[in-house]
Amino acid sequence: MKVLLRNPRREVDLEGARTVLGLLTELGLDRESHLVIRNGELVPGDTRLEGTDTIEIRPVISGGS
Amino acid sequence: MAKCRVCRGPAVIDLPRHNAHFCAEHLQQLCRRQVEQAIADHAMLERGDRILVAVSGGKDSLAVWDLLVELGYRADGLYLGLGIGDYSDDSGRYARDFADVRGLHLRTVDLREDHGYDVPTAARATGRVPCSACGLSKRHLFDAAAREGGYDVVVTGHNLDDEAAVLLGNTLRWDVDYLARQLPCLPATDGFPRKVKPLVRLTERETAAWCIVRGIDYQVEECPMAAGNKHLRYKATLNALEAASPGTKAAFYLGFLERMGPLLEGRSAAAVDGLRACARCGAPTTGEVCAFCRLVDVAAAHEPVPVEHLARRPRRAAGTASH
Repeated sequence: MKVLLRNPRREVDLEGARTVLGLLTELGLDRESHLVIRNGELVPGDTRLEGTDTIEIRPVISGGS
Repeated sequence: MAKCRVCRGPAVIDLPRHNAHFCAEHLQQLCRRQVEQAIADHAMLERGDRILVAVSGGKDSLAVWDLLVELGYRADGLYLGLGIGDYSDDSGRYARDFADVRGLHLRTVDLREDHGYDVPTAARATGRVPCSACGLSKRHLFDAAAREGGYDVVVTGHNLDDEAAVLLGNTLRWDVDYLARQLPCLPATDGFPRKVKPLVRLTERETAAWCIVRGIDYQVEECPMAAGNKHLRYKATLNALEAASPGTKAAFYLGFLERMGPLLEGRSAAAVDGLRACARCGAPTTGEVCAFCRLVDVAAAHEPVPVEHLARRPRRAAGTASH
């Protein structure tokens, strides 16, 4: 699957299926700080992602105060 | 497949602090209800108020503007061009596009065009950290725009994560005056408009999800001046606690409002006693010339500093090491 990451913007290619939570764990990202978008749709943590999916992992943390 | 707690339809998000999943429709319902409750609990807004929303082009400010309009409030936006290179150019575009598509009125102020400086230059010229120069400029110019435009109230998009992180910092220092100013509704005082934060019951994961399900494009990239700042470290700490014990952030901040809020009310008003009008701009200040006018004096006289000269080194990004 193609995975778009942000800050900085970059793409990684991963083989095989895994869940949203599995993907976040594999990339060392915590659930509270990110949302996962599959083929343009927001998906929850137990969703199974297939190797053909296009994924965006969107960070939600803003730095201003 | 996870199901929505309300309708049992396919869920789009899991919210561990609610121990539940929600579909897009009921996520929006949850967000609307949380905002309505924040507004009611803290007497933030009245139906006839003229509202000015501080708009950055990021998820929180666009979400709060969208939510207020959705809830029937009359609200204009104010975008402040900070001069932070491409980041500001893109942010301004998101703010303008949002307003254009919805037929909303967006006012704009540009630091460089209207006041002769930008945030990177102000930071270098004054020796302040960029977030400090930025915050000072925002507070002054939003207050001034509200006074000049006849607005009753300035709305900001501060969310539960923002407020919990600031609360952690203020508590670690036991800074009581700052704690008092953290209440989500600061009443109008001489020269200052009322200031309210309707998103304080929503996490930033929830406000980002609101934008995604509502089709709102926003600035996703991090401000290059903010990377690695103390505020982000507090957020990371709180999110580590939240992961181990969902609901921790809400219990920390909302518990502060419930139990400490009544003890701190009045202290923020007392802090403005003794203010007088700035000799230059008329804004309330403790000195003869306000901090903003002093900043402009120094920053506008300084040679422009490109953002690349001040941008902080980004945090090591997850996923870059092994892939």
